[in-house]
Amino acid sequence: MGIEILGLPMMYYIAMVAKVLVAFVFVLLTVAYATYAERKIIGHMQVRLGPMRTGWHGLLQPIADGVKLFFKEEIIPSQASTFAFLVAPLIALIPAFITFAVIPFGGVIEVAGYKIPLQIAAYYDTAAGQVYDINVGVLYILAMSSLGVYGIVLAGWASNSKYSLMGGLRASAQMISYELAAGLAIISVFMLSGTLSLNKIVALQSGFGGFEWYLFKQPLAAFMFFICSLAEINRTPFDLPEAETELVSGFCTEYSSMKYAMFFMAEYANMVTVCALTATLFLGGWNGPLTAAFPLLGPVYFVAKVYFLMFVCMWIRATLPRYRYDQLMHLGWKVFIPVALVNIVVTGIIGYFI
Amino acid sequence: METLFFLIISFVAIISAILVVTCKNPINSALSLIMTFFCLATYYVMLDAPFMAAVQVMVYAGAIMVLMVFTIMLLNIRVDASKKHSHKIVFSSIIGFFTFVNLAYVLFKSRVAVPTGPYSADMIKQVGHTELIGKEMFTNFLLPFEITSILLLVAIVGAVILAKKKI
Repeated sequence: MGIEILGLPMMYYIAMVAKVLVAFVFVLLTVAYATYAERKIIGHMQVRLGPMRTGWHGLLQPIADGVKLFFKEEIIPSQASTFAFLVAPLIALIPAFITFAVIPFGGVIEVAGYKIPLQIAAYYDTAAGQVYDINVGVLYILAMSSLGVYGIVLAGWASNSKYSLMGGLRASAQMISYELAAGLAIISVFMLSGTLSLNKIVALQSGFGGFEWYLFKQPLAAFMFFICSLAEINRTPFDLPEAETELVSGFCTEYSSMKYAMFFMAEYANMVTVCALTATLFLGGWNGPLTAAFPLLGPVYFVAKVYFLMFVCMWIRATLPRYRYDQLMHLGWKVFIPVALVNIVVTGIIGYFI
Repeated sequence: METLFFLIISFVAIISAILVVTCKNPINSALSLIMTFFCLATYYVMLDAPFMAAVQVMVYAGAIMVLMVFTIMLLNIRVDASKKHSHKIVFSSIIGFFTFVNLAYVLFKSRVAVPTGPYSADMIKQVGHTELIGKEMFTNFLLPFEITSILLLVAIVGAVILAKKKI
């Protein structure tokens, strides 16, 4: 089929680049407008209007914020450890974005006779007639999310300020403990699916009008994973690392300009990742009515599910007060981890008899 | 293509491995070590072992190095604490030279003929790397697995005893 480069058809490269560009531009836009949506939603929940001045109902607010942050003065504290200070925002941002490489956002579409699976790290094998994706998709996501902690720890340490250091220490302790709980919570899903490939997990949840979703088979795991993920990405009610009343702004106190914006983007990109992963593991991914006839409906359903979960995150932020630190640790180590372990054992026993 | 990729990754791996020992600031050394682990994980992917790659990043870069960075930060090691010790340089360069000779000998003289087992690249692609490892671990290698888990349990109990004031 046409020109071949290094044993792969030309279409393969075009499709790959197109998928990467579309997915990343979409995530970037989502991140930008998530900040706007959050302010607007929380505003309306608290009987305020939220941003109104820039554009129609404040729609240009993210762009205005971006321009403002871009032109702010860049300050590097004189006592800071320069190298670590400079790389910390990058280390926070990159793992948040490259996670999207393995999340399937649609079925297989056909462009000019070439079948393209809507998942970045995947290809359609015409000989075998099936999609091959990265075999350890979920482990890859867990590994990347465990790297995000470096950005925050380094930011806290390199700033050489007591608020930053306290924020960084809190953040790392919190992220490490909740990473464990989140990892244990989703093991029961893999016990049901028998695979770590996200593509197959989505395929297993199709059919019966949504009743095959793992949300209904593993409600406890879904609940725990979502809560633990909120804690892992430092969202309210677990945003102790940047508790304004105690720590000014936590680990990013000393940051300004684009570097601060990078932490901000990383936070929202992590939120999108967590929602996308929850939607994939528990809400059937891109499955929905009529996806077999119209494959392009898959991404629409997927985005709808992700946006719904993001709305839930913002809703939680508007509703719940912040946890105390000892309560947070108690919840993570003494409630979620034992319950997740019991859930694994129960799933194993039930799975053995069915 | 794969050779080119391998060369790029090796370049990064070697540069960061050198930086681990030459950086003045321990935190920067730790960061370079994480980079080296990352390159090793990439090698595992190229060797059709994605599970190993994920575990490498998760365990080494994600858990062990976090603890190391934590320790370095809390101890707050001064940069100027690392003075020059000339006798150490001589001693370590002798050791380094012999290690180099040893490795060069192994590389050039030995015939590496690994017996091919039942697990080919095609089989890994069909069944899945994680599944194969799991099956082997819980059937043929059950006893070593159990012994390792008991060892870890002992370590956990020890850690609890060390950390608690009153038992």
